[in-house]
Parts: sequence; C-alpha cells; structure tokens
Amino acid sequence: MSEALAAGLDRGQLHELYRYMCLAREAEERLEILQKQGHVKGGLYRSLGQEGGAVGAAYALRRRDDGTGDFLAQTIRATGALFLFGGTPVDYFRQYLARATSPTRGREANVHWFDFGKGFIGPVSPLGTMVEIMAGITLSFRLRGEDRVGMVFGGDGASSTGAWHEGLNFAAVQGCPMIMMVEANQWAFSTPTRKNTRAESFVDKAPGYGIFGESVDGTDVLGVYEVVNRAVARARAGAGTQLVELQYFRRKGHAQHDPHDYVDPDLIREWEKKDPIDTYRARLLSEDWAQESELDAILAGTRAEIEAAAEEAVGEPLPEGLSALGGVYTDIATPVPWTRGASPDPRAG
Amino acid sequence: MDAAIPEHLTRTRRGEPVTLLEAISEALFEEMTRDDSVFLMGEDIGAYGGAFKVTKGFLDHFGERRVIDTPIAEGGFTGAAAGAAHMGLRPVVEIQFMDFISPAYDVITNYIATSLYRGAGPLPLVIRGPVGGGNRGGPFHSQNVEMAFFHTPGLKIVYPSTAYDAKGLLKAAIRDDNPVIFEEHKGLYRAPALREVLPDEDYVVPLGKARTVREGRDLTIVTYGSMVHSSVEAADTLDAEDGVSVEIIDLRTLLPLDEDAVVESVKRTGKLLVVHEDTRTGGIAGEIAMRVNERAFEWLDGPILRVTAIDSPVPYSGPLEDYFLPQVEDIVTASRYLARY
Repeated sequence: MSEALAAGLDRGQLHELYRYMCLAREAEERLEILQKQGHVKGGLYRSLGQEGGAVGAAYALRRRDDGTGDFLAQTIRATGALFLFGGTPVDYFRQYLARATSPTRGREANVHWFDFGKGFIGPVSPLGTMVEIMAGITLSFRLRGEDRVGMVFGGDGASSTGAWHEGLNFAAVQGCPMIMMVEANQWAFSTPTRKNTRAESFVDKAPGYGIFGESVDGTDVLGVYEVVNRAVARARAGAGTQLVELQYFRRKGHAQHDPHDYVDPDLIREWEKKDPIDTYRARLLSEDWAQESELDAILAGTRAEIEAAAEEAVGEPLPEGLSALGGVYTDIATPVPWTRGASPDPRAG
Repeated sequence: MDAAIPEHLTRTRRGEPVTLLEAISEALFEEMTRDDSVFLMGEDIGAYGGAFKVTKGFLDHFGERRVIDTPIAEGGFTGAAAGAAHMGLRPVVEIQFMDFISPAYDVITNYIATSLYRGAGPLPLVIRGPVGGGNRGGPFHSQNVEMAFFHTPGLKIVYPSTAYDAKGLLKAAIRDDNPVIFEEHKGLYRAPALREVLPDEDYVVPLGKARTVREGRDLTIVTYGSMVHSSVEAADTLDAEDGVSVEIIDLRTLLPLDEDAVVESVKRTGKLLVVHEDTRTGGIAGEIAMRVNERAFEWLDGPILRVTAIDSPVPYSGPLEDYFLPQVEDIVTASRYLARY
C-alpha cells in the first residue's frame, strides 16, 4: 500500500471514495430521467446529500465476494454503500425497471436485493426489522468465533419502531458485532425528527443500551470513514454493538412522488452548500490529494458506466406473468389458478 | 457436549413411555445432537428450562451458545433467528406462550415468510410453543394462533396430537428448509392417556400428511390437536349408542393442508364435520369446506358443518371456558344431525 494521506487512506483509496459517491449520484440522476421516460413504475428514492455517509461508512467494512466478509444491510439512502459492496449499477437499474433479469427477477424493487457472497442484504420496507435480522447475522459471527461484523442502516423513522429497539437491545445484550448506522437526515417521510424522538441526538440512545455511540457529520465522507472505522475495529475486537449517527439532511422528498413542500426551501439551499461530493472534491484538490483532471476522469468514467448500465437494463424484457409462480416454498409448487388451466376444471385442485 | 444425557431424556432409550412434552424434548435434544447448526433461543429456556420445562437440562448439556436466554422481545429474537438462519444456522425459537407471538407477527409475515420469494434464500427455522385452552389460562395464555399465520404463503404450520407425531413432526420441521410454526397444545403436554412408547430409532413424520385416526363409513370428522381426542371420544359414543361409523382425519400439518386426504375421505363417507378448538370465524373449517366444495361437491350428501370455540376471547373461569370450548357433546350432537341428514 502506498503512503497514507488522510484517515489512513492512500491516494487511490481517497479517489475511490469520490468515485463511489459520484456513482451513486449519477445512478440516481439517471433514474430520474428513466422515470420521466416511463421506465420506472414504482417509487424512486434519492440519497441526495447522503452519499458521503453511505460510502464513508461501508468503506470501513471488509468486502469479499466469497461469503467470508463483513455484512451490510443497505437502505434506499445508502446506494453508494450497495455499489461499494459489489451491487452493480446494471442490477440496480434492473431492479428499478422490474426486469426479468433483475436479481429478484422482478419480484422486488429498488435496493431490495441480496448477495450473500458479497455480503449485502436488502431491506424489507418496515426498516426496523433489519436491525433484528442483522442482530442474528452478527450473532452467528459471534457464535462461530469469526471476526466479522455487520452494519445495518436505518433512518430517524426506523428508530421509533419496536423492531429497532428489540433488535438493538438483543444485539447489545448478546455482544453482537453489529454497527447500527442511524441515518439522521431529519425526516421520516414528512415527519421531522422532533416528532419521532424527544432525544437531542440519536447518540443519546446508545447509553440506554449499554453500548458506545458516536455522532459524525454525515456530509463529510472522510470524517464518517474515520468514526465508523473506529466503531468497526471495536466491534471486531469483541467490544460488541456500536452505534453511529450520521448527521445530515434529506435534500429531496421521501420519494419522487413527494413534492417536499413541507420543507423550507432556504433550509435546502443551506444544505446544498454542504454537498458531500462538492465539498470532498474541493478538499481533494486543496489538500493536493488529487488533480482536477483525475477527478474529471473519474466522473466521466462513472457517467459512462451508468449510461451503459441504464441502456443495458432498458433493453431487457419484463418477466413473464407466469414467473410469479413458485419460490414460495423450497419444496411445494404454487398451483396455477384453475381458470388458467388448459381445460378449466376446479376439481383438479 | 460430553455431559451425560439428562436422565429424563432417556425414557425412549429405556423403552419407557413418554408424554407429548417429553417427546418434544427428545426431538429437540436428538436434533441438536445430530446437527451442530441447530440451536435454541427463547425466554427462560436456559437455567429455568422453559416455562413448561421442555428444555430442562439443555443448558448444562449444550452450553449457552446453543441454548440462549433472550430478552422479552419476541420480535427481536425471532428476527435474530431469521438472521442466523440466513447464515446457515437452524434456530428453534420458543415462544413462551404462543399468545405472545403477536409482536413477532411483523417479522414472520413480512420478512421470514417472504424471504425465499424475494430472493433472500430459504430460512430454515422453527417457531414453537404452547397453545390452547382448557387450563384456566385466561385470555392471554390459552389462544390458538394458527389462523393468524394460515393466510401467509411461505409458512408451514404444524399442530400434533400425539407423542409419536409430536416427535416425528418436530424433527421434520427442524430439518425442513422452510419456516415452520409448531403449535403444542399444553393440555396434551402431560396428559397421562397420551403417554406412549416411541421407537428407539431416528424417525420423522413428514409435514403435509394427514393421518387417518380411525376409519368409518357414515361421516368424516376432520380435526387436529386436542380435538382429535375429543372426536375419538365422540366417535366411541356414536358407535355405541347410534351405530354411526365415524372416520377421523387428524390433519397434523395445517399448512400445507393435506387436501387429498380430506377429499378422498369425504368421497367415501359423503358427509363432513370439521372440528377445531380455535374460534369460529376465519377458522380452518371455512377453508376446508371451500376445498371440498371445489373438489367433491357431487359426493356430498349433506351440508359441511363445524364445531368450534365461540367467537370471543378465551375466558378464565372454569364454567366460562368450558362453555367457550367445543365439547365432546357438541361433536356428538353435530354428528347425529349430519348422520340423520
């Protein structure tokens, strides 16, 4: 490894952080176009302003492709973490476009997909549940004496659910090597944080579980990486469950169908000044960690990659309706409705 | 792991009869011995051995990595079981009383049951615990929960009525790659009449297969759990006093439903009575009637009838609970009506 320039990361790694933030931003912006063109039928969710939190946090994890690495439970606001873990842009588009070729064969949407080899696990929509699931995944690491950790993302809203509490408490009690990432973007759909919790900060919740928590500016990818890297090291060393709060702001609506008109436009403009990609790019240049031409090349590369991925997904077919059948049980077929049989007869069962 | 097998788990080995509860303990013990990936989670299952002592002695034998006492959080530890199952472990979760499964309803229906379909892989896990009334447990220690989950594709639901079946079905459930809800009627746990000598060898009872408890000519009773025994009692009365010959089918597995066994029996007898301890509206009798209607309408010589608990919470006081629950006399009355039809 070459010389560490910041946070123990070398020049190539610092550039990689930039690349994955750009990849997430470009993918989501391309999706908006695909939606306007009628290719995306379901919800479209942006992580605008949160790319640094997702990428910085997941960068602290051990990424493998043979099922031996750390685990990630991503959310719709952690697109960059998903890409870092090996989720490809073309699969991302296939999921949104509900293609037969998507990892879930059109059965599930957006970032709700899985790769146990690469170590990422998509959410179900009641997000607090994922804390329970990751508690169990990391329990298995502890029971088997493996030095692996698991990271679960969830926002302000998820933190209000019983599942979030039950999962976090279980993990804490069992000493599970789990990193609870609180995406404190100040909104749960249209509900502001003050209507979700009386706590000043989500970090204040950590002592209630007997675990260590730390808060960090979620727009600062390097700062996030440093804080999460420490949390991961503690968890890996046997110090149990950790909590990290990412403080930032959701600059778009909950989804594209949400006009976001309950948010003061001045506030959005304030947070635009703290854009994680712009500020990081400026820092890379001012610290002389990158040349402008290098960053331009990275950005151009991500744009080309995203464009190619989008085109590939658009050109692929939707699944056949009949493929809705099956996969409910490992050993029991789902019957074809009798009205759709070759010679309809209800007595066929 | 080298600790001696607790004596109370060696009855079958010694050729002694076991209760339904002991059969369940033996199944768990044998599966944990056979397969290192099987482990237990639940409230008070460790040092205390579980509220009903199903896991008595397990902690000492298997250690606290495989017998995990949990916080009182059915959602949390059932979800954690799912996470562990993702990683290749085979958790068996005990719900102290199945009435308390409701906090886990979210993770069971939204996460666990959908996992395979969503592409997240199979989730081999068993959620087991005591159900049923007759023990003066009141509204929160007496419910049957099958129909809360029956409507959820992706789950299997098992409800044994004998010690032999309980052991064989639980072993099959633990070895199954799908999530299984396993209901144990607490009134049958230590019922002396259910003690039986089990085979001193490894056996399973396959999920999804009903059992013909007795053959008969005049009408079919389809039932499960404690009502199997009430139905047998009723059938004895009908045979002795009315000369009515009753066929009894014990479903054993409710999901998937052994529709073929029911339909074939109804085609022989022409009449069907469904008996369940669960409450009436939305009970499994409705689904069974519909399936028979679809597949054997021409063979029916009378209406499909049902005997069930009444549509209310489970009351505490003896006379109230006895009135709430279906009784042998109800089964006799319904059968006589149907036999005369």
